[in-house]
Amino acid sequence: MNLRIISALVMRYLFLYSRTPMRLVELVFWPLVDLVVWGNVTVFIQKNSDAKFGEFILFFLGAMILWDILFRAQQGVAISFLEDVWTRNLLNVFVAPVRTAEYLGATFVVGFLRILVTCCVMSLVSWIGYSFNIFQLQWWLLPFFLNLMVFGWALGMISTALILRWGQAAESLAWAVPFFIQPVVCVFYRVEDMPAWSRPIAWLFPATPIFEGMREVMKSGTMNWNYLWLSVGLNVIYLTLAGALFVWVLNLTRKRGLLTKFATQ
Amino acid sequence: MSATPDTREVVLEARELTREFDGVKALDRFSFKLHRGEVLGLLGANGAGKTTAMNCLLGLTLPTSGELNAFGLPLQANRISILQRSNFSSAYTALPGNLLVWQNLSVFARIYGVPNPKKKIAELMELLEISHLGKRVTGQLSAGESTRVNLVKAFLNDPELLMLDEPTASLDPDIADKVRKVVRKVQRERSIAILYTSHNMRDIEEVCDRVIFLHKGKIVCEGTPTEIMSRSSSNNLEDVFIKIARDGEILDEPKKEEAP
Ligand SMILES: Nc1ncnc2c1ncn2[C@@H]1O[C@H](COP(=O)(O)OP(=O)(O)O)[C@@H](O)[C@H]1O
Ligand SMILES: [Mg+2]
Repeated sequence: MNLRIISALVMRYLFLYSRTPMRLVELVFWPLVDLVVWGNVTVFIQKNSDAKFGEFILFFLGAMILWDILFRAQQGVAISFLEDVWTRNLLNVFVAPVRTAEYLGATFVVGFLRILVTCCVMSLVSWIGYSFNIFQLQWWLLPFFLNLMVFGWALGMISTALILRWGQAAESLAWAVPFFIQPVVCVFYRVEDMPAWSRPIAWLFPATPIFEGMREVMKSGTMNWNYLWLSVGLNVIYLTLAGALFVWVLNLTRKRGLLTKFATQ
Repeated sequence: MSATPDTREVVLEARELTREFDGVKALDRFSFKLHRGEVLGLLGANGAGKTTAMNCLLGLTLPTSGELNAFGLPLQANRISILQRSNFSSAYTALPGNLLVWQNLSVFARIYGVPNPKKKIAELMELLEISHLGKRVTGQLSAGESTRVNLVKAFLNDPELLMLDEPTASLDPDIADKVRKVVRKVQRERSIAILYTSHNMRDIEEVCDRVIFLHKGKIVCEGTPTEIMSRSSSNNLEDVFIKIARDGEILDEPKKEEAP
């Protein structure tokens, strides 16, 4: 791992974002739309039901923000790769002394930066618009944030591997993959609210204990360390498997001679 | 074959390199040596296997069989250290179009760890007469400008081995001439080994010390441009090219290891 190379690749993405402000708009716009819609829905529910129901605003907005962390981290990886495909830059990168780990590392950093931007915007708006102070979520949540980000990276590598395997026709997977798993990772509801048969599936994903843990922290202010360790453990497995999948598909692409087709088409 | 064996260090070597695509051989037992300070031209009609050869040599495509060494090391196992000492430019790839020229070049200078990158970039841009393009959007450059920006990228790390895939394709004769002269000048100054593919016979005559003609993935003849012309009793390489492209005529002494 060479930090200079990672920083060079990150620099390329920063130049890109500074050159094409539309990409920044996308970073800010969609989270904002989500937030406003969900915020208003919760306000509506709050006004038309008894007070106890009101605490749901916390859950919904908290879940929204956390889901976005996962999504942005995944996008950081998948979209960064697609940027290289769209600008036909992949070949230049692959004939430069860039290790696969360095390339992925750079996309992880981009994922992290995207989260920072989105989080700042969402926290600010939810605070001003709905008096929802993200910091009332407690610092306990930070390890959950980090775990979500790591799971987002893993999903990003999986999306990228799928695009490499099936070509540009599969490009939309970059946006779709996180939503494939959304129903089973209990973003907006508890595992016990799911049909009994599907509950074991939920626990296969590191995001589930994170969302469960988040709700518990917000409700009782106490941290359930079991949730945290479970998500860390699952994340280690996911990150390893996703990395291996990416490397495997990359080698397969080399073997089939399709890497250059990808880079020059 | 050349009269005297080349005693310079072998920078790049392929042995019996074969690459099949769906059972069709794009490269068929392709062997060659490229020495330090030598420019080797790879010629052949469209589909002859030139790009496939280059992609294998860059580690972008894995060969079906055969052996590849660069700087005396097996290519696949030493890809990163070999790529650090090499570079590549092609008419068919571009630097990211939405970045400014200086941004793209800075990124690659950093990737290659170029000391004093600003100075290096300025020097190379001046050499290629594109100093005025620094603040332009890469995607809006003309073909000639973009080729020269790609060449700046290719010279950034002072490569010992350079692979150029049709660098003069889509250039007007004037720019093509300039590009050839610069490539030749830098190549001589630094004793770079260059593998050069082209359809342009003028390129080959002016730039290459030695050429290999490929036809359907096989070497059909090999030698200095003058040798090849005299052997085929043509007075220009263009005629040789056409003869080979049309019927794969083999000009060399009959091939030794032809299966019975
Ligand atoms: N990824 C690939 N899949 C299938 N066939 C390929 C692939 N790449 C190249 N080929 C085939 O290999 C042959 C050699 O192509 P190429 O090396 O691009 O030729 P050149 O560069 O000399 O024009 C062609 O017949 C081409 O269609
Ligand atoms: Mg070609």
